[in-house]
Amino acid sequence: MSIDINTVRKVAKLARIRTNDADAEVLTGELNNILSMIEELNEVKTDGIEPMTSVIEMNLPERADEVTDGGMPEKILANAPEKAAGFFVVPKVVE
Amino acid sequence: MTKLTSLTIKEALDGLKKKEFTATELTEAHIKASEAAQHLNCYITETYDHARAQAKESDARYAKGEAKLLDGVPIAMKDLYCTEGIRTTAGSKILENFKPPYESTVSGNMFSDGAIMLGKANLDEFAMGSSNTTSAYGNVINPWQRKGDNKPLVPGGSSGGSAAAVAARIAMGATGTDTGGSIRQPAAFCGITGIKPTYGRCSRFGIIAFASSLDQAGPFARTVEDCALLLQSMAGYDPKDSTSVNRPVPEYFKSIGQSVKGLKVGVPKEYRVDGANPEITKLWDKGVDMMKAAGAEIVDVSLPHTKYALQTYYVIAPAECSSNLARYDGVRFGLRIDGKDLNDTYEATREAGFGKEVKRRILIGTYVLSAGYYDAYYNKARRVRKLIWQDFINAYEKCDVLLTPTAPTPAFAIGENEQDPVTMYLNDIFTVPASMAGMPGISLPVGLSADGLPLGLQLLGRPFDEETVFKAAGALEKAADFTHLPQSLQAKAA
Repeated sequence: MSIDINTVRKVAKLARIRTNDADAEVLTGELNNILSMIEELNEVKTDGIEPMTSVIEMNLPERADEVTDGGMPEKILANAPEKAAGFFVVPKVVE
Repeated sequence: MTKLTSLTIKEALDGLKKKEFTATELTEAHIKASEAAQHLNCYITETYDHARAQAKESDARYAKGEAKLLDGVPIAMKDLYCTEGIRTTAGSKILENFKPPYESTVSGNMFSDGAIMLGKANLDEFAMGSSNTTSAYGNVINPWQRKGDNKPLVPGGSSGGSAAAVAARIAMGATGTDTGGSIRQPAAFCGITGIKPTYGRCSRFGIIAFASSLDQAGPFARTVEDCALLLQSMAGYDPKDSTSVNRPVPEYFKSIGQSVKGLKVGVPKEYRVDGANPEITKLWDKGVDMMKAAGAEIVDVSLPHTKYALQTYYVIAPAECSSNLARYDGVRFGLRIDGKDLNDTYEATREAGFGKEVKRRILIGTYVLSAGYYDAYYNKARRVRKLIWQDFINAYEKCDVLLTPTAPTPAFAIGENEQDPVTMYLNDIFTVPASMAGMPGISLPVGLSADGLPLGLQLLGRPFDEETVFKAAGALEKAADFTHLPQSLQAKAA
């Protein structure tokens, strides 16, 4: 199954990557090559096989639900592109 | 006295203990060598002053007789490991000014053991690549060249800067990460040794994530024994990584030099691919003979799903990457390009911040995880992954380790294999299966191609049986006796 340029535009939108028409055109060809390689997986019989989540056969470790870290707002904000009064600043999202 | 930059880590530690030289002298020698090899572009960020300060502390520990496992050893740190207060870019423009407020567990372990960091090593952007040509900070140049040809060659990838630095003798060892071959393939291309341990052996905390079910830290060095020393420091349980496994870390170096008499070495027939490079096949046969001569028993085995490993990888790795890289949104850290609203800011930031290969993988990942395709692509790949894993488990009932080529070709020139992403992906054909199955694997140099480039072989082992991998690698290293040097170093030695 091959994808067209509109699908590429839609996926780019879902992935929040702005893509101009020329890039979308090139990507359509490249992604189709990759997808046709991936589709060779359809040759494999996988009936009754559970999808693998982890190569390690172990239960996810649990710990007590308590605060173990925190109290460092300066460190958390140190790399923020824009900050004010202890908050991250983003463009206005509420009209 | 031998030149300080040509010592192995083991020799350097012995020399430091005997006070033949100081950690400061050893570090200065490597800084000087690094400055002379700047054209290789091994480092994104040089941390020489930091190294000098660490060397001083190391010398103080030697003076007090309190030296630790790696005390005074200058290394390169792949720029995917967060280092507290030191810029960490992941080879991406989107993290150009990122200074982590915390230390990755593995780099922290190595610093606690006295290792000295010379710089943050160049890599493919977010570790996505096999040639280091996707880095936003320029290509790394392999210190090796073809005979009679000065075309610059790739060091392999993604840990290209790490591998080139160790091969060029500007660092004694280095850290890498391996998701589909990113330690083993560059080790092979640069004529050095590199091991990807079992998934879960080293903590992933603080290593910038690419594909979380595959990413694993590991070392590069010029000998198997040096890799063992580095891995011993890097490995260990970490409650901050929920996939870190709580098992004791053996003293890996003790495995080296042990006899391989009776060791069962499996040779998987599916790795004999159609149209294989005859030099690689010849080297593989030579490696089999070497193991046989050392007393090992050769066993033919089959890993029937090998030919589907790459396809499985290119569903699972992009799927995980598209989720992991969603965090780069221009809000909390990293680059921000302002747009007319929040969504526009996300889109503009990610368009400007990510390179072509990263975008391709995010898009593939987004597509295979999107409604209507999740089962057909993502779950299908996860089912095949289980079969690939099962192949290895079955094979290890007949043998203790597997011996295969590391890469299908020697290092290629910068610009080659760029015409189509799939051509580049084929580089990882021999390394990806063990990644999918989480098995440990080491690559070491075993011979030269006709045009004078190093070729590596790979030994794979059972989960958490790095000791047997080291034992077998020690025997193969001894038999191969690889002492060739990159051309630039030969000229200096003459």
